[in-house]
Amino acid sequence: MALLALALGVGVYFGKFRRRAVTFPGQHPAAPEFSLKGLNGESVDLNAFRGKVVLLDFWATWCDPCREEIPRFVELQNEFGKQGLQIVGISMDDDPQPVRDFYRQVRMNYPVAMGDAKTGGLYGGVLGVPIAFMIGRDGLIYAKHVGATSFTTFDDEVTALLQIPASPGLNPVPEVTPRLAQFTCCVNPDVDICRGDRGVGNPPPACASFLHLE
Amino acid sequence: MRFLISLSRLSCTLLAISVVASYAYQASTIPSSNLIQVDDLVKIIQAPGGEKPLILQVGSRVLFQQAHIAGSEYVGAASTDAGLQALKKRVEGLPKTKFIVLYCGCCPWSHCPNAEPADKTLRALGFSNVKTLYIANNFGTDWVQKGYPTAKGE
Repeated sequence: MALLALALGVGVYFGKFRRRAVTFPGQHPAAPEFSLKGLNGESVDLNAFRGKVVLLDFWATWCDPCREEIPRFVELQNEFGKQGLQIVGISMDDDPQPVRDFYRQVRMNYPVAMGDAKTGGLYGGVLGVPIAFMIGRDGLIYAKHVGATSFTTFDDEVTALLQIPASPGLNPVPEVTPRLAQFTCCVNPDVDICRGDRGVGNPPPACASFLHLE
Repeated sequence: MRFLISLSRLSCTLLAISVVASYAYQASTIPSSNLIQVDDLVKIIQAPGGEKPLILQVGSRVLFQQAHIAGSEYVGAASTDAGLQALKKRVEGLPKTKFIVLYCGCCPWSHCPNAEPADKTLRALGFSNVKTLYIANNFGTDWVQKGYPTAKGE
């Protein structure tokens, strides 16, 4: 029984906790720039995240596999945000209201913008969701995942890309705009990046007048 | 710490399942006799003669704008009331024997929320010559990337 438990533990360790080395073969084109409207009217610009590893997720509320992935993306953002990961969601819904509802329901902790045909076209055509792009600190696309993807893969790729520096001479990354950060924290006040000096469970700054979600 | 992370992952997964469970999709319940395969539809479209179907996209507008079957029309997401109303309005007045093909292509077949409601609605209206295009993965993979007749825009 002890041997079985040991074997199980070793299997779990190698299966779950030990990250695999990842390579990114092939060419790495520059990620097309975009400036889209976020859920509260704020601007979501890819350029604002330069110098960070960006997991760009095209999704929709009517997409079952997309909805299943998002809680794990929330975890990833919590786990790697301070190391330089920025997840950005682009919703391909026709209407933002279901997206806002889902954002709050699942306590998403990263920016979500409303996508359009032009942006989909820039990324080679988003003709089915989910589609996720892994963008390095240097602004290049290192991987593209069509359809549901294992989170081991996302974990491993994020870990690997965080090690690849941005191009030399790159200007310091502008911070996420205060409005965008405040929006995220008003909706999900207990995520790591929002607690600050308040401590867990303490109420966030007043948000009712800021959010136009009610 | 890793145990807490795993526990957190488990709870998030359970949350996701409960959220997703409220959106049970039934595309896979459409009988195979009501389906048309991609290759067969392409042959019909490209044939020099023969009856051409009215092809209606019943999924996402943003996806339709990027690419759609050449000659098809956008109706609206059949998983929504507005989409079903638009579908009913589009077919109003058409002969019940009209050859109609419905398609979506938003998601893998078993997860498509639009195909089954559209199929069911037209049959309930008495249309007897309706086929739903079986798209196994998504429209990009199963149609566009294969070089089949495609158009862009509205």
